Amino acid sequence: MATPSAYAAPAGLRSGPSAAKIAVWWFLASEIMVFGGLLASFVVFRLGGGRWYDASEHLGVTLAAVNTLILLTSSLTIVQAFAAAERGDEPGVRRGLALTVLGGVAFLGVKAVEYSIEVSHGFVPSAGIFWSFYYTMTGLHALHVLGGVVVNAVLLAAPRARTARRVEMAGLYWHFVDVVWIFLFPLLYLS
Amino acid sequence: MTATVERQARHAGFLRTWVFSTDHKTIGRQYLLLGLLWALAGGLLAGAMRWQLAWPDTRVPGWGQVGPEAFNMMVTMHGTIMVFFVAMPILLGAFGNFLIPLMIGARDMVFPRLNMMSVWTFALASLVLLASFFVPGGAASAGWTAYPPLSARAEYTGVDWGMNLWILALALEFASFLMGGVNYLTTAMVLRAPGMSLLRMPMTVWQQLIAAALFLLSVGPLIAGAVMLLLDRTLGTGFFAPDLGGDPLLWQHLFWFFGHPEVYVVFLPPLGFVLDVLPVFARKPLFGHRWIIGATAVAGGLSFVVWAHHMFMSGMDPRLAMPFSVTTILISVPFAFIVFAMIATLWRGSIRFDTPMLWALGFLTMFIVGGLTGIFNGSAPADIYINNTYFVVAHFHYTLFSAVVFGGLAGFTYWFPKMSGRLLSEPLGKAHFWLTLVFFNVTFFPMHHLGLAGMVRRIADPLQYEYLVPHQWLNVVATVGALGLLASQLVLVANVARSLLAGRRAPANPWQANTLEWLAASPPPHLNWGPSLPVVHRGPYEYSVPGLAEDWLPQAAPAGRTV
Amino acid sequence: MLRSMVDWMGWLPENVSTFGGDIDGLLRLIFVLTVAWFLITFGTLGAFLVLYRRRPGRRAAYVRGERLREASWVLVPVAVVLVLDLWVDFRGAPVWARVKIDRPAEALSIQVTGRQFSWEVVYPGPDGRFGTADDRQFLDEIHVPAGAPVRLVLRSKDVIHSFFVPNLRLKQDAVPGRDIEAWFEATRPGRYELPCAMLCGFGHSGMKGWLVVHPPEEYAAWVREQWS
Repeated sequence: MATPSAYAAPAGLRSGPSAAKIAVWWFLASEIMVFGGLLASFVVFRLGGGRWYDASEHLGVTLAAVNTLILLTSSLTIVQAFAAAERGDEPGVRRGLALTVLGGVAFLGVKAVEYSIEVSHGFVPSAGIFWSFYYTMTGLHALHVLGGVVVNAVLLAAPRARTARRVEMAGLYWHFVDVVWIFLFPLLYLS
Repeated sequence: MTATVERQARHAGFLRTWVFSTDHKTIGRQYLLLGLLWALAGGLLAGAMRWQLAWPDTRVPGWGQVGPEAFNMMVTMHGTIMVFFVAMPILLGAFGNFLIPLMIGARDMVFPRLNMMSVWTFALASLVLLASFFVPGGAASAGWTAYPPLSARAEYTGVDWGMNLWILALALEFASFLMGGVNYLTTAMVLRAPGMSLLRMPMTVWQQLIAAALFLLSVGPLIAGAVMLLLDRTLGTGFFAPDLGGDPLLWQHLFWFFGHPEVYVVFLPPLGFVLDVLPVFARKPLFGHRWIIGATAVAGGLSFVVWAHHMFMSGMDPRLAMPFSVTTILISVPFAFIVFAMIATLWRGSIRFDTPMLWALGFLTMFIVGGLTGIFNGSAPADIYINNTYFVVAHFHYTLFSAVVFGGLAGFTYWFPKMSGRLLSEPLGKAHFWLTLVFFNVTFFPMHHLGLAGMVRRIADPLQYEYLVPHQWLNVVATVGALGLLASQLVLVANVARSLLAGRRAPANPWQANTLEWLAASPPPHLNWGPSLPVVHRGPYEYSVPGLAEDWLPQAAPAGRTV
Repeated sequence: MLRSMVDWMGWLPENVSTFGGDIDGLLRLIFVLTVAWFLITFGTLGAFLVLYRRRPGRRAAYVRGERLREASWVLVPVAVVLVLDLWVDFRGAPVWARVKIDRPAEALSIQVTGRQFSWEVVYPGPDGRFGTADDRQFLDEIHVPAGAPVRLVLRSKDVIHSFFVPNLRLKQDAVPGRDIEAWFEATRPGRYELPCAMLCGFGHSGMKGWLVVHPPEEYAAWVREQWS
């Protein structure tokens, strides 16, 4: 590999957001359109009326509310990790990241419990249009949560790769995952 | 020569230099190679289809009898391959990668390893699509548009894993171009050389960036739709199945919300090449250069609100038709501006008709024809008649072919010396141009007439329809044109082979052009520039500046030599 | 042959529909406009290519086209394009409304259901209601009287098909899970081909029916014969 400076921007010529931040925002813009497409489709169906939405009664609102709390808290802990990184507070960074990873894993665990309860009652993806949307939207979201958990866990486990900027980028992505859930939860669970 | 410099600079072996390279120029060449291989496949499929249409149920040379299932598969894969595996990798992947860092004065993309991942993801997508031809049931056959329920249940087409692999290949392709798009946009925002303001960037770069942004912002809903389609096929979900509460039209909305911006994603990069070629060969500034940027942005924005013009007959609420007709026809306004500005660039120029200029003029003229027929298609009541007929096929081939082939070859013949260090033969280049221009029109112009006569799309045998029998001669003409068009490309192959093996070495700036890439050697070494980056003093179109000895003034020259 | 390649409108099949003339008129308007723009742009371009070829001793003019005075040479034609564009839609809106939105009040009703790979045509019979014992089903043929409005209810049993009668200038997709209405009034007796216009599987090529338009008395006789 050539030396890093070969790829660096001309010194002193640019201010503003870093390349990484710009890249992450463009990436998030495209992701917003993916979930936007799913949510818009769901909303259009909903506006079309019909009794298919009654199936949402079978969802576990309590479990999902707990999950919402878990995810919101984990967004807080990753902000704390970033603040600690900027301060140079290594134990603080590790604590924040560890709690965030824990939160993500807990979210996925609760989701798995929810899915197993629903499947045991026969509410599988092919059980109707509501369940098709429910599993696709929450499933795609869960995959994104998993991705975030992996990124955060890698940062936690590799101190030399763990720059403040990378923690910030991971945090940005994690907030996005949280925001998507903020939309999913009321649309699916609270009619 | 590049390889030697690269290896010396990095002590890298063959694999690191040519296969797992992070150099944007090598990655660009890799995209070009993959795209050209797919172009051969897509072209042969078209040849087979056209043979069947002209002489139904005869044996197609190299294939045999084309049955109705095979024909549908050819139609589907021809479209899929040309849009996603030829146009995008060549116009965006190859040219974008090769040119953006050079034209903005950078040493490489800002994320070189992400860049390498993007081309390898594309290679993987290619393997998956190739595999789809060989699974039981064959490759996808529901059209490149894949409308459900036809595409959602295997029993409707007889294609099972072929369709699933098609979806996966597209998903991988989208991932590849999402990575590339993020890279292009970020690179242009952070790695411009000193003095290279946004407005001093050449049109080639601007159009790549707008295309990348359009792609990033429009592909999401189709990714959602593709997930839904795959789940309908494999898990029995009911997104597009009426008996489960779903709606086939949902797919059409999701597909075309992406599909319309996508045609501009394909069109804008070669438009950029042509906008850069015209000033060089007319020795005049690009007319209204900043207005053109604005017009492109307007067209890009409008492209998000026209999608349902592909759905006028779909059964959607008829009250939506006129609003979408209006937004659609408004898109012709910024493109009219750009066309008129291109013509105005030639006014009082000093025009040289080298091969790149011929291709640029071919792009302009053929796009005018394609754009004009768009007016028929974009008016909902007119579309009642011509929707799903060969008139539409004529329209999109005039627009897409002018972009991909004429525009793409303008760029290819223009930058070939820079990419390869060799010059192409002018006589062979001119011959290739004229043959392509003639055979292209022979192939596609009659399709306007066939469409107006009522010939519908995606049929394998026109002679099954009594009203088409008297017009069959037009199908024969189109097929002769298509076969001639395919054969003519051999001239290009000969030209490139001859140049690479024994062509004259290219100087750094054979065209006396102003933009930064012509400062670098032909081909540029690893990391592009010597010890220091170029410094930019002016915009890219300072040709025939009064009072100067030369009729060109490079962007990075400190000042022009006065008379 | 050259004339036939230039006269695009001459390729349209015979029009036997009351609203077909409106659609043809719109096509003709657009054709005239696009041919005019074609001649103007190609003519100007051709002239420039000849006039401004490179010649020794003559330099190009340094015109950037950024100031309003220079840009007007392009902006004014663009404004004309805009006005003509909007005029096309202004002329088109009533045509669309006539064909796709307004419906004749009284009409003969026929159900047409597409399936891989035929059209199932159901008449309600003398009682005028579908789903009763006097319904009759035909395959790939529709019989109607000339000079009377006909209302179609388009459906599909499997995939999306498209109902297209070139001589009527009528097209409408048939989508499973929906009942989509279309209407027409045929002006001349005759036999008119009805190709399916949406890729619907391996039998799409060749999936077609026939619209048979009878003079009114002949239609009455056909009805008597079918429901005797």
